[in-house]
Amino acid sequence: MTDHFTKMTPELKRRLRNEQWFQWMGRGAIFVAIAFLLVMVSTIASMGVGALRQTHIELSVFLDPQKLDATRLHDADYGRLIKKALRSRFANVTKRRDKRKLYNLVSSQAEYTLRDLVVRSPSLRGQTINIWFTASDDVDMLIKGNIASSTDETQRRIDHREASWINDLISKGQLESRFNSRFFWSGDSREPELAGILSAFVGSLFSLLVCFGLSFPLGIFAAIYLEEFAPKNRWSAFIEVNINNLAAVPSIVFGLLGLAVFLNAFGLPRSSPLVGGMVLALMTLPTIIIASRAALRAVPPSIREAALGIGASPIQTVFHHVAPLALPGMLTGAIVGMARALGETAPLLMIGMVAFVADVPNSIFEPATALPVQIFLWADSPERAFLEKTSAAIIVLLCFLIVMNLAAILLRRKFEQRY
Amino acid sequence: MSHVTKINLTDTRPSHWPERLIKALLLASSLVAVLVTVGIVFSLLFEAVRFFKIIPIQAFLFGLEWNPQTAIRADQIGAKGEFGAVPLITGTLLISTIAMFVATPLGLASSIYLAEYAGPRTRAIVKPLLELLAGIPTVVYGFFAALMIAPLIRLTGTSLGLEVASESALAAGLAMGVMIVPLISSLSDDAINAVPQSLRDASYGLGATQAETIKKVVLPAALPGIAGGLLLATSTAIGETMIVVMAAGLAANITANPLEAVTTITVQIVTLLTGDQEFDSAKTLSAFALGLLLFTLTLLLNIAAQKIVNHYRERYD
Repeated sequence: MTDHFTKMTPELKRRLRNEQWFQWMGRGAIFVAIAFLLVMVSTIASMGVGALRQTHIELSVFLDPQKLDATRLHDADYGRLIKKALRSRFANVTKRRDKRKLYNLVSSQAEYTLRDLVVRSPSLRGQTINIWFTASDDVDMLIKGNIASSTDETQRRIDHREASWINDLISKGQLESRFNSRFFWSGDSREPELAGILSAFVGSLFSLLVCFGLSFPLGIFAAIYLEEFAPKNRWSAFIEVNINNLAAVPSIVFGLLGLAVFLNAFGLPRSSPLVGGMVLALMTLPTIIIASRAALRAVPPSIREAALGIGASPIQTVFHHVAPLALPGMLTGAIVGMARALGETAPLLMIGMVAFVADVPNSIFEPATALPVQIFLWADSPERAFLEKTSAAIIVLLCFLIVMNLAAILLRRKFEQRY
Repeated sequence: MSHVTKINLTDTRPSHWPERLIKALLLASSLVAVLVTVGIVFSLLFEAVRFFKIIPIQAFLFGLEWNPQTAIRADQIGAKGEFGAVPLITGTLLISTIAMFVATPLGLASSIYLAEYAGPRTRAIVKPLLELLAGIPTVVYGFFAALMIAPLIRLTGTSLGLEVASESALAAGLAMGVMIVPLISSLSDDAINAVPQSLRDASYGLGATQAETIKKVVLPAALPGIAGGLLLATSTAIGETMIVVMAAGLAANITANPLEAVTTITVQIVTLLTGDQEFDSAKTLSAFALGLLLFTLTLLLNIAAQKIVNHYRERYD
């Protein structure tokens, strides 16, 4: 017998080795997938944190009463005052080309900052005041170390003269990096240092509201019909197959439908969150129906029988007893569907939500864009500074998605019932 | 006594009009899904037919050149543009194939490990992480592919002496592959879990190792479910838009070389429909013809997936 065992050993060893190999393959696959996730998210996050800080430059501006007509403070040329302030700050800059570079240290927004300040307190007229201005994106990139000093000077956005000015500002404490609240509170802009996500965020919010308002009631009603009332016939089977197929239709096709039907046939406003939300609603409808049906199926028949037994009508049974019990499950499905809709880009491109929208939309009829579309637009912009904006916007989007999914998980845990 | 018999509870309930109204409302809601399908088919067909009046359907389906443009002058050379969809179809297939080559081994191996080997605690950690991968918007994958993967491939390729396009099919395919992993993983997981334990126990009883049991017993039994999942994943890959829009190119090349730039059906739809459009030009209408092509392709794959799952499923009781 022992002889038999020793003969078996090499074969058995090989088989056990295969067993180990096989397990390591599985671990390896999981490792690769999760490593990709972590590398992707951490790379984007590390690029995005920069957008939370913004460089500011302090200038002392003389509010020349001769240039500021007290009756028309709105229309005065504040840009000139700032240029003058820059020239007096760097008095040794004389050449025309250098001066133009000097003016580029501060953002083009600076004159409006100054205007708002003066309009708010006209008594400042005639004084010399110190104000912090938003620096231009090139300065910001240099401070954040995103412009490598090793590149050839002609290729660089900032040459050594500009760098020396910036160093001078730093040594005098006139250059500071501050929290960039503008990123959260302003709309899109062509200038990266001024661009924010608020308009895109509001656009997304409006679209999701429309999407939820349409797809949730439609979805649960359809689910209730199919699960509780539909006769078992070919017609019901057809509807069911239809819903399953709809769930697998590429999202861009829904965008084409929206373009052909909502925009061209119905004449609804192009680029509006209304149409965006409608398209997203059609897209999420199958998800909500499928999740709601599963939730209804989980309610035991005894509940229905008890309700019917004490004289409730079928509709009363469903709406008073079955649906309330299934509601958490339905809501969970709806939140998951909304999360998917929030990240969807392609159908929104089809209905024109790619327009440049600087103003925060006030209603669902106004042109708007959405967070993922904003990411797509910024990712396409050539300025280096938009890279960190794109990454930061992605992080914001991912945070919202995580919050929504967590809400879904918590909801499921809290109301999960075992019958 | 006679008036008592007139009261008939069972009859008053179903004929109660609010009940019927609500039921009708419920039925109408479920018909919306059908309406959407009908809407998709008709809107695509309607615009596509208008397109085929300008460009014959065989020129669209079998043409080898894709070069959509609108004429500035009537006598311009190539004024009509060329609308051969073959380069787009091959480009779509190339990227989807790369994606499936990445996703199938990763997704299958991870689902096998999760279903057969992993303890409950590992499952509780790993499954949500994989689901997170599925929850990340595709625009993020596209950004990452264009920003990180493509330059990395180019760098590696050129250091090996290969010629790599800056928007290579490989970069888009790799990112798309990772995106699909959770889909394959969760569908295969379901299929594997549906295989009854008695089959495994019988195999162990014959002396097979766990790996042998999985390879010779569990996987064959779960094959219809897995194959259906793979088909669904392919359909997702073909219909995926943002990754290819951001990471794949616009050049319509017919090639099987993953290092070259190709374009896809979805990329062209987006390119044709963003920006200025005149609604009667062949250029704009061609997007709907492409949409119809895409819809048909994915629908066929989905139906095939369902057929495979339903017809070849082994039933165990």
